[in-house]
Amino acid sequence: MPLLEDGQLVPDTWTTLDADSPLPATGPVIVPLSRLEEGLARAPGEKLGVALAPDTEIDTLRTALPRLSLVAVTFPIFRDGRAFSQARALREHLHFTGEIRATGKPLPDQYEFLLRCGVSTVALPAGSDPEIWARAHTRFRIAYQPSVRGERAEGFTMRRVL
Amino acid sequence: MPDTIPAPALPVGHYGYDQVDRAFLADRVEQFRDQVARRIAGTLSEDEFKPLRLMNGLYLQLHAYMLRIAVPYGVLDSRQMRELAHIARTYDRDYGHFTTRQNLQFNWIRLEDTPDILARLAAVDMHAIQTSGNCIRNVTCDQFAGAAQDELVDPRVHAEILRQWSTLHPEFTFLPRKFKIAISGSPNDRVAARFHDIGLVAKPAPDGGTQFDVFVGGGMGRTPIVGVHLRDDLPEEDLLAYLEAMVRVYNEYGRRDNIYKARIKILVQALGTEGYRQKVDAEFASMNRARYRLPPETVAAIRARFGTPDLNAPDDAAARLDRARRADPAFDRWVRTNTHPHRAPGYISAVISLKPAGGIPGDATSAQMDTVADLADRYAFGEIRVTHMQNLVLGHVRQDELHALWQALRAADLASANIGLIGDIIACPGLDYCALANARSIPIAQKLGARFASPELQETIGPIEIKISGCINACGHHHAGHIGILGVDKKGEEFFQLTLGGSPGSDASVGQILGPALPEDATVDAIARLVDAYLVHRTGGERFLDTYRRLGAALFKDAVYATA
Ligand code: HEM
Ligand code: SF4
Repeated sequence: MPLLEDGQLVPDTWTTLDADSPLPATGPVIVPLSRLEEGLARAPGEKLGVALAPDTEIDTLRTALPRLSLVAVTFPIFRDGRAFSQARALREHLHFTGEIRATGKPLPDQYEFLLRCGVSTVALPAGSDPEIWARAHTRFRIAYQPSVRGERAEGFTMRRVL
Repeated sequence: MPDTIPAPALPVGHYGYDQVDRAFLADRVEQFRDQVARRIAGTLSEDEFKPLRLMNGLYLQLHAYMLRIAVPYGVLDSRQMRELAHIARTYDRDYGHFTTRQNLQFNWIRLEDTPDILARLAAVDMHAIQTSGNCIRNVTCDQFAGAAQDELVDPRVHAEILRQWSTLHPEFTFLPRKFKIAISGSPNDRVAARFHDIGLVAKPAPDGGTQFDVFVGGGMGRTPIVGVHLRDDLPEEDLLAYLEAMVRVYNEYGRRDNIYKARIKILVQALGTEGYRQKVDAEFASMNRARYRLPPETVAAIRARFGTPDLNAPDDAAARLDRARRADPAFDRWVRTNTHPHRAPGYISAVISLKPAGGIPGDATSAQMDTVADLADRYAFGEIRVTHMQNLVLGHVRQDELHALWQALRAADLASANIGLIGDIIACPGLDYCALANARSIPIAQKLGARFASPELQETIGPIEIKISGCINACGHHHAGHIGILGVDKKGEEFFQLTLGGSPGSDASVGQILGPALPEDATVDAIARLVDAYLVHRTGGERFLDTYRRLGAALFKDAVYATA
């Protein structure tokens, strides 16, 4: 699945595991939340990511988070916006600095929102045109709220220059 | 591209855009132009296009596209009104429809025209962003804001702050369902704060600043609920942080499995007021409050972008109004029904009724829009407000000029003296436009308007609110009507069910169903009998609502279901 970072396609070095496939002893893997303990039991230094469901409370990651390099959040349909809040909570409440990956079916028209909520990479849904995502990345100049990206404030209001 | 129209120095009554706000809008218009081009070329399917057009207020109705244009906190300037008139003439059927959420809708728009229309709107600092979709919609406000004698705080500056904060909010643009905020600065609630997802009542804080009472979880639709009181005395500097917490809890826990259970009202009922409050407080406590703090300097800077009227009436303004009223009984009646007391001596607020007898509630022709714009320039600092009752208001009119204003309004068929009376009906678009409708709301409103056309009769009946919805979605607010009328479908026939005792104000209540639904051709007569029964049983100056609350439904039931 093509992976997007800062509007550009980048290679994906991660392997995503489902509930049953065997866990490799080494290499970066993304496990479902139900296999978090198993993942954490690998040798220290092996990169681990966890995939959340939209209804996972972010606080359940509090103790494991320092040992995670990646958290994947998901949009089962683009209208289901819970992952935006999850990403923000990861950055703002738990101060997570690793990769937040958006999966599922986000729209290119949501790219700006994803980034401003703290998402760093997007696993593009099947059939996506990366060109449209790239355009969405540079399209906008102004927003009206501060965000986790710490954009420059514009003049007197809450506005930010993107 | 349209010619750029020079902006007034600073518009009275609303925030004046600067180059940054205009750059923001320009980007969005170009984005939409690109999306429409992709749709017309066929590279976007209707399924893919739908969420994108909805982000820009473009709905597909029964017969055509409908474009809903945001009027932030219901305030327009004359230049914007003239542009709306121009769009009505050029791209629609020469009229527009002012809505219960203080916006304007065009009902007959062609898809390929919409990018140009949005560009024209942008040239006068307007847009259609967030007028649909599951996001924070246009924030509504008291139509007498900044003018009313009973007002404690002018809520429009905070409404503008909320507008900016909620505009394409990255986290809250895909909520479980739409989200509506209303804000009032008067203890007399004219915004239906308790029927909104969030209702805010602004009041002065002991330190001289502003603070807010917060209501949550009100709404209409198929589950009408009066909002609960969440907290008092929210300090201004925490306004955005607290709203972030409230909306975030909703985004995380609101139901997404059933659109009829997705509004915040259902979440608040499920968690209980205390349960919801605890979650909000926990979120609020763990937030970085410095990041979300609304500092007084920001409030002051936004306030400084509002033009203020230079209120300076001659000393004899009130005396001259008195003389004009004594000389002209028709004018006198209009002043009694269609004005509201102003805080400044010699001034008054005037309500322009968009409810002529037999007309369509809230509709205005392009010529009427132009007239109102001209009159606003001549008499009211170029400022026009849209009310949630679907009328217009000129907020600051000199009392000695009111008679001249009224004469000009009368010449344009805009002087119906019926504000707050039985002719001041709210009706949803109903089956004439809406694919979800069971029944036609507009013809019932027209027939009632014609039946009670006489201004004398209306004034005798006194304050009464009739609200009509064509189906259970309750766009016409029938639950909050003193008399609510709901269209239902009985084996393919249009029937109407009456509810009594609803109220949107500080005494908010949900109307109760009176009895079996009535056939279309019996509905207007039944309401006439109901009104007669009220006239017989009221005591003193009692409103219909108070008589109903005192005596209950039985006598009205007898009147409605009596067979002659
Ligand atoms: C084609 C036209 C329309 C359609 C299909 C439509 C659809 C709906 C639906 C489905 C709801 C229920 C939402 C919910 O509570 O979950 C609703 C509620 C509402 N609509 Fe509309 N609507 C239409 C036009 C309008 C118009 C023209 C207005 C304003 C004049 C309006 C104002 C409202 C209001 C105030 C509510 C109640 C919101 C609440 O529950 O607090 N709608 N509409
Ligand atoms: S109340 Fe029903 S009929 Fe009326 S506009 Fe809303 S959805 Fe349509």
